[in-house]
Amino acid sequence: MDFEAVIGLETHIELSTVTKMFCGCSTVFGHPPNTQVCPVCLALPGSLPLINRKAVEYTIKVALALNCQIQSFCQFHRKNYFYPDLPKGYQISQYDLPLGRNGYLEINTEDGTRKVRIHRVHMEEDTGKLIHSGLTGRISEAQESAVDFNRCGVPLLEIVTEPDLRTPEEAKIFLSSLRNLLQYLEVSDCNMEEGSLRCDANISVRRGDMDELGTKTEVKNLNSFRFLSRALQYEIERQKKILAKGGVIRQETRHFDATTNRTTSLRSKEMAHDYRYFPEPDLVPLEISDQWVDEGRRSLPELPGAKRLRFMEGYGLPEYDAEALTSSRAMADFFEECAKRYHRPKIISNWLMGDFTSLLNATDTAVERSKVTPEHLTEMLKLIDEGVISGKIAKSVFEEMFNTGRMPREVVEEKGLTQIADEEELARLVAEVIAENEKATGDYREGKGSALGFLVGQVMKKTRGRANPELINRLLRERLGGS
Amino acid sequence: MSRISREEVEHIARLAELEFSEEEKEKLAVQLNQILEHAGRISQLDIKDVPPTSHVLPLTNVFREDEPRPSLSLEEVLANAAEVLDNCFLVPQILEEG
Ligand SMILES: [Zn+2]
Repeated sequence: MDFEAVIGLETHIELSTVTKMFCGCSTVFGHPPNTQVCPVCLALPGSLPLINRKAVEYTIKVALALNCQIQSFCQFHRKNYFYPDLPKGYQISQYDLPLGRNGYLEINTEDGTRKVRIHRVHMEEDTGKLIHSGLTGRISEAQESAVDFNRCGVPLLEIVTEPDLRTPEEAKIFLSSLRNLLQYLEVSDCNMEEGSLRCDANISVRRGDMDELGTKTEVKNLNSFRFLSRALQYEIERQKKILAKGGVIRQETRHFDATTNRTTSLRSKEMAHDYRYFPEPDLVPLEISDQWVDEGRRSLPELPGAKRLRFMEGYGLPEYDAEALTSSRAMADFFEECAKRYHRPKIISNWLMGDFTSLLNATDTAVERSKVTPEHLTEMLKLIDEGVISGKIAKSVFEEMFNTGRMPREVVEEKGLTQIADEEELARLVAEVIAENEKATGDYREGKGSALGFLVGQVMKKTRGRANPELINRLLRERLGGS
Repeated sequence: MSRISREEVEHIARLAELEFSEEEKEKLAVQLNQILEHAGRISQLDIKDVPPTSHVLPLTNVFREDEPRPSLSLEEVLANAAEVLDNCFLVPQILEEG
């Protein structure tokens, strides 16, 4: 039997505002527990929330970038449930009037461009952090939990897709495109490790010949790209097996355990999903005027899709390069800074996609934190063009710049990497090599052209790669008297 | 008008993490019904021409700027905590595997 998976993603993004959604506490990550809380986010009696204007502006931007309709009249609701990470006993969220809905995000898959529909974009507040103790650290075995409210009240965006995704791979592409978009908009760090981008998935499978969706499960804790695909793969297989045996899928929430690569059923006392939403009486509604929407639209930066096209048309880059370079705003900006200083875009692109990307990956460094700047790279490329260093030597110069942040000229001079342009010196080395390699020189004189390559290599070795191969070639021919 | 049954009282109590004796549940069912009846009188009014509203104040767009304000001191934050561990509130575990 043929089964098809149907996947929808629910993504939560912490906005990178300076303060929380409804109070003036700082949102900086990583501070000691409970040092960023006040009467509002701690829900002390009598405290009142006040909406952070910037958070609304950010949300408008995101909704526009996701091609959503903007709700001109929108308000907050209370979502009521008891959980220790939520001191008020309710989360201020949005219900029937979310700020944005009916949008889409275009993703590039192997089968071409696809539109993934966005069901809604709404604002809410993050909860505190529960630190589970217990013997093994597994959530179900914890005896008690410690609560840190520093994240409680941080502006949170919920972005919900329609069930338009079909494979774990597509889900991964969607999430990385979404992250890229949000980083372009500069509204969130989208750092999965720090929890500023989190993802839950709704998954069902259906027989290929059925239109109706199957019963879905919700899988939580997909907090890395790797976990996302592994959890989806596991859950799809689990459901297929049950259905193939004629079983029934239970609608439930499941937790992904990264150590076992399995999803397990997760039920808490509060799984009734009876949130008793009602309008938040402490906050007056929002009216998003056309003027405000226009301002938001004008403030949108060039988005990844448009930038990709411009990189192809403006710089003459192949689609592959344009896609790779625009897959992060920082990399795209880096490229453009380089292109202002150096006239061969494809050469820049090769270095960025090659040596630069490998070094960034190997050292787990973000482009923004790299010691190599556009100035470093372009100065180095000019040294190659001027014949000061060879392309081969440039690789080690680049690595040195990457590790130390020193300028290429400095590295070249200190390490004595300058190409030997002095013909006299090279001629001396050529003579040495000829004297030391009687067999090869004899072969060459007898017409074996391939012997020349060997001799060039020997001279290069003596110069530690610092000679211009064409020059050596010419000198050798002159000496050996060949054609 | 729908009546609040004892089962509903139990459901609401569970959502609110409250426990009641059988006697209290009976009493609460009666009281909740009285409250509903009272509120239900609004439905007798003619509100054809009244737009639906969730707020009594004719206000929208009340904001604060994204500027930090001092938070409380740890002593103040944890003053009412029942139990404290490493400057965190300590609570009983509540998740259970189904
Ligand atoms: Zn606060």
